[in-house]
Amino acid sequence: MLKQARFAMEFCAVESCGKCTPCRIGAVRGVETLDKIAGGERSDEQVDLLKDLCDTMKAGSLCALGGFTPYPVLSALTHFLRISPPGRWPKRRSKPMTLIKETDYGTPASTSEKTVTLTIDGFEVTVPEGTSVMRASMETGIQIPKLCATDMVDAFGSCRLCLVEIEGRRGTPASCTTPAENGMVVHTQTGRLKQLRRGVMELYISDHPLDCLTCAANGDCELQDMAGVVGLRDVRYGHEGDNHVKARDGLGEVNARWMPKDETNPYFTYDPSKCIVCSRCVRACEEVQGTFALTIEGRGFDSRVSPGMHEDFLSSECVSCGACVQACPTATLQEKSVIEIGQPEHSVVTTCAYCGVGCSFKAEMRGDELVRMVPYKDGKANRGHSCVKGRFAYGYAAHKDRILNPMIREKITDPWREVSWEEALTFAATKLRAIQYELGKDAIGVITSSRCTNEETYLVQKLTRAVFGNNNTDTCARVCHSPTGYGLGQTFGTSAGTQDFDSVQHADVVVVIGANPTDGHPVFASRLKKRLRQGAKLIVVDPRRIDLVKTPHVKASHHLALRPGTNVAVVTAMAHVIVTEGLFDETFIRERCDWDEFQDYVEFVSDAKHSPEAVEALTGVPAQELREAARLYARGGNGAIYYGLGVTEHSQGSTTVIGIANLAMLTGNIGRPGVGVNPLRGQNNVQGSCDMGSFPHELPGYRHVNGQEVRDIFEKLWGVEISDEPGLRIPNMLDAAVDGTFKGLYCQGEDILQSDPDTRHVSAGLAAMDCVIVHDLFLNETANYAHVFLPGSTFLEKDGTFTNAERRINRVRKVMAPRNGYADWEVTQMLANAMGANWSYTHPSQIMDEIAATTPSFANVSYEMLDKKGSVQWPCNDKTPDGSPIMHVDGFVRGRGRFIRTDYVATDEKTGPRFPLLLTTGRILSQYNVGAQTRRTANVVWHAEDVLEIHPHDAETRGVKDGDWVKLASRSGETALRAQITDRVSPGVVYTTFHHPTTQANVITTDYSDWATNCPEYKVTAVQVMPSNGPTDWQEKYEEFSALSRRIEAAE
Amino acid sequence: MTPVIFVPRDAAALAVGADRVARAIARELSARGIEARIVRNGSRGMHWLEPLVEVRTAHGRVAYGPVTEKDVPGLFDAGFLDGGEHPLFHGETKEIPFLKSQTRLTFARVGVTDPLSLEDYRHYKGLRGLQNAVAMEPADIVAQVTESGLRGRGGAGFPTGIKWNTVLRAEADRKYIVCNADEGDSGTFADRMIMEGDPFVLIEGMAIAGIATGATKGYIYTRSEYPHAIEIMREAVEIARREGILGASVLGSKHAFDMEVRVGAGAYVCGEETSLLNSLEGKRGVVRAKPPLPALQGLFGRPTVVNNVLSLASVPVIMDRGAAFYRDFGVGRSRGTMPIQLAGNIRHGGLYETAFGVTLGTLVNEIGGGTANGRPVRAVQVGGPLGAYFPPRCSTRRSTTRPSRHRTA
Repeated sequence: MLKQARFAMEFCAVESCGKCTPCRIGAVRGVETLDKIAGGERSDEQVDLLKDLCDTMKAGSLCALGGFTPYPVLSALTHFLRISPPGRWPKRRSKPMTLIKETDYGTPASTSEKTVTLTIDGFEVTVPEGTSVMRASMETGIQIPKLCATDMVDAFGSCRLCLVEIEGRRGTPASCTTPAENGMVVHTQTGRLKQLRRGVMELYISDHPLDCLTCAANGDCELQDMAGVVGLRDVRYGHEGDNHVKARDGLGEVNARWMPKDETNPYFTYDPSKCIVCSRCVRACEEVQGTFALTIEGRGFDSRVSPGMHEDFLSSECVSCGACVQACPTATLQEKSVIEIGQPEHSVVTTCAYCGVGCSFKAEMRGDELVRMVPYKDGKANRGHSCVKGRFAYGYAAHKDRILNPMIREKITDPWREVSWEEALTFAATKLRAIQYELGKDAIGVITSSRCTNEETYLVQKLTRAVFGNNNTDTCARVCHSPTGYGLGQTFGTSAGTQDFDSVQHADVVVVIGANPTDGHPVFASRLKKRLRQGAKLIVVDPRRIDLVKTPHVKASHHLALRPGTNVAVVTAMAHVIVTEGLFDETFIRERCDWDEFQDYVEFVSDAKHSPEAVEALTGVPAQELREAARLYARGGNGAIYYGLGVTEHSQGSTTVIGIANLAMLTGNIGRPGVGVNPLRGQNNVQGSCDMGSFPHELPGYRHVNGQEVRDIFEKLWGVEISDEPGLRIPNMLDAAVDGTFKGLYCQGEDILQSDPDTRHVSAGLAAMDCVIVHDLFLNETANYAHVFLPGSTFLEKDGTFTNAERRINRVRKVMAPRNGYADWEVTQMLANAMGANWSYTHPSQIMDEIAATTPSFANVSYEMLDKKGSVQWPCNDKTPDGSPIMHVDGFVRGRGRFIRTDYVATDEKTGPRFPLLLTTGRILSQYNVGAQTRRTANVVWHAEDVLEIHPHDAETRGVKDGDWVKLASRSGETALRAQITDRVSPGVVYTTFHHPTTQANVITTDYSDWATNCPEYKVTAVQVMPSNGPTDWQEKYEEFSALSRRIEAAE
Repeated sequence: MTPVIFVPRDAAALAVGADRVARAIARELSARGIEARIVRNGSRGMHWLEPLVEVRTAHGRVAYGPVTEKDVPGLFDAGFLDGGEHPLFHGETKEIPFLKSQTRLTFARVGVTDPLSLEDYRHYKGLRGLQNAVAMEPADIVAQVTESGLRGRGGAGFPTGIKWNTVLRAEADRKYIVCNADEGDSGTFADRMIMEGDPFVLIEGMAIAGIATGATKGYIYTRSEYPHAIEIMREAVEIARREGILGASVLGSKHAFDMEVRVGAGAYVCGEETSLLNSLEGKRGVVRAKPPLPALQGLFGRPTVVNNVLSLASVPVIMDRGAAFYRDFGVGRSRGTMPIQLAGNIRHGGLYETAFGVTLGTLVNEIGGGTANGRPVRAVQVGGPLGAYFPPRCSTRRSTTRPSRHRTA
């Protein structure tokens, strides 16, 4: 009969779903044990083991299959085998665990406002309704053993380790999937539970390698921890049974179940032999990241984690966000850096220096060596999630290209000469003063960086205002989000987004305009996709079919694929529909906006020439689709608009921002969670650099320099007189340089030559200057025209703050000494002092104190406060001491919301016979902006060069095939790159990224810019595409020039 | 009267040559110039007699079996169209002891009717339950099913009425009825026999469940290994739709109910109700943790009744004859009848429907006639391939809805 019963076990081994361990591994062990008994090894121990196994399967399985499988065996043992009475379980006590890390509550928090009270191991605990028993238990400090549960993903109930006993309930339910209820009496540790848990662990370990000492996860392995917690002492099944662990069995036969380690991803490895099939990675990929790249393949004992359809990680859809690695409780998914270095011993919470999401990370360190970056669960922008850049692409900090010593040269044709800090600074100061002496104090200026900290930015603008004596300061925000500052300032009264990222969890309709969040702002995109999967509707306004339009379990309700440059027409047409169809929120407008201006706007926008039908020919957006989108936004519940550089980088950028603000005011979508107008900032500190007074006409806090009372504050503190004349913007500086009236520039952390439009004009301007000081990590493109190079420090090497797209001031913390010797704020201070200033900051916190003292919206901000609260969203002052997650809650900051007419004036950049196509630009997930950092990491495996996306129709008529070199020409210039044929772009539109300097996409872009803010029109350039046989002459010459200008003579 | 010849189309009969027999009979009829109608009925459930050919004669339906192709001319020679004597002759079908001792409620029509004839179905008291149900309040239907004592026939034995009540009281924009017809256990065939032999009873049961709980859509989830059941079921759904049993207005009432047949991809575990729901949703068939109960968050997260074929097929008779009628069968908490499937090394294997309470000994030794090879019974496995083994000394155990496989001592 035992032989007969074996069939049931074998059946389960191949036919179970593979979710829970008792069934997945237990059935295989059952078959093996039965074979031993049948094969003559019948001993009391084997029979006991079989009974224990049956018990584990019966009580530990989630469903009836696992629950019933043991019955044939058990009944066979009962009726058909004489057995000795089962032995007593030896009493062993497990050692208490002392290792404390971030608390993992096992299941996500419940947001319910109702509470329930239950008793766990004699302790009463009150938790929100919907909280799992596991989480409730953790809240009282009682840790229930678990493997498949983690609070980043929903409960799954597969490991069967977290079983508990609940008085009055049958069996042993899993605590992770059982919601806490009023009056429940839970026991987390009983003799029965101990036995079951040990039985489950025994099964796990019977299919797991025993190489703990040499395993990369040693010290950070939940499987190891749990083996300790349940007091596992031996594995009676042995390790010779069927397994996924050994490449060959004892006889040298190949084990077909074994799979080699997948090392294709540059940052982490997948070792199937260590996998316990808890599905945490699969669930993290689905629930947290929303990519759905991972799955479980096979059934029963065959169940294995698989990227895609049994692909390797690199060729799968994996976006390398690291969520799976973070979720993995074992070394199955493991950072290569941990494998190389070992486990970290301390960690410091800091902020990512890539995009404007501003994710919080734990920099996990071994001494001063960075072992890995792990997203911080308490980070309020990212809530424990990350993308490939922040999580893995930090290797540039230690890249060999990084310049660590100051360098100078007389002429840009000379090779660089490494010198001491003192010599470099004296050289720079002397030159700058000489220029001012010769041409006047306005002949020099600065460019602050959206990549550096608030404190550093503040010092750089202070340098020009207090030491140079002019307002010639500008920032790279000029070329991205200056229209946002202008447009939102005019309509709402603050130059910033209105919401925090958490707000998206409450949105019902999300409009994404001119942004590609899955590539540009991946962590926000994941949070957005999660909300969309819950049922929120999506409207995408973009010329290109971005991933969000259709991605696993997300599909846009409307994709308005407009022609580049017609944003204003589309946004105004939406307003037309809302106004003429009476979909506006009159109560909101009457209460909060200026009614007269609203009337004026109604008159303007109701004009039939703004109707979707009238603009269809212009925008290429079907009128009916646009109408439906407008109705959905107006009437679909909480409507939130998220937009990016596709809105701002146009000659009409400011008008579109105003149009967007109008839409939000019309529909009352301002001032509460789930709504708002949200610019997705490109760089980590765009918001901060704008806040810090980087613009030539504004002192910190967006206060115009002609205001005497504002100048007074700074003049008093700095002891200097501040010019009331607005200074030069970047394009003006370059124009003035060409004219010979502007000759000196201190450029911190920005590569204007590569990132600013019309490269030829930029290079002409730079070449005309006498003293260009580049302060950067690398010899960037701008440095080709520089006379002084001051080495910069990375975000890992300094203290400071970044302000992200949601106005959140996040701390950046120093985890290692600057490799170049000084943090950037120290370098600026040394330059100022070399020019005669007498600054004496010893720590960035003092700079923040100065900012707080002078700038009302930062009034209550200090490092002490940030350390206490984690982060805070400005305005943070006595009125809002805890910061302001959502703005304009009770009314607009400027008083009454202001409707402004949004006339559509087409850009002068028009297509014609010579340049019939429209080029638009953007970025890709794995690379960041000009690529200075990401190109110096393994991220290049995903994107080694920029390519030109072209529609099959346009390619066909030009005889271009996929992968061909093509020449891309505009009125400004030409470059060559490879073509990629795709219907993601519409006919008539081509698209490229600008991550690689060899492509020089900005050679093509024109010097048209936003009427209000000079933000360049990157997103629309009339071009022609033609087959080519390689890089252009310009590119080749530039390559040569670059190589020449990067020569460095070693110091004597 | 034109003679009517019944040749089963049930897969169990087809497997032993029923189609060849039917063709041979047709050939023989035309060769001999006899006019007769061949009806492809379901199986009577006497597997050792399949293919069981029946003829409707003046003295009722008589049975011949097991009939092979070669036997056909002989049967004609023996005058089987008039109930003539023949070595394979078993007399009147309903008098065969295996059938005679049964109480057929759920299987009342199986083997008797042409499964796709709605006329037959009506003639044999079909649709009466649904007709009663459309005139009742949903809560009253649920109450009647609860009172009948019907428990889930899938193995767990949960009271059907209570499950329905949970779904009825759940608030949602959509609710579903899911019929678990993924009959994967070896040695089981009752679900298949219903689908192949009396598909309308399942449709009727599901429609009643829909009306009772407010669900408007039903799914039958079955296995690809059941091609005949799938074909018949799909055709029956089509007919029911055409005849107004399914659709926007069930039997002209204000209730809407429609359904479709879905075929699994061949995983045993998809017979587990939560895996089944995942599979229906197009996902990998893995079990879900409960709670949430499928009755509250089932298919696509909506309240869902998941019932076994036999449970749903037992509902029409309850709605037709009343709760008390059904409840009066059975013992203890196990009310009604149970279609028992006898298989393995047993002389008279097949389907035996009887009230709960029959002992294991009676089933195996008397009804089943002992082992097929004549050797003494050593063990009986109860409840499918994952059920417990019972030695002969346990022969006095009675059949109940309480999963007997749970008892191993």
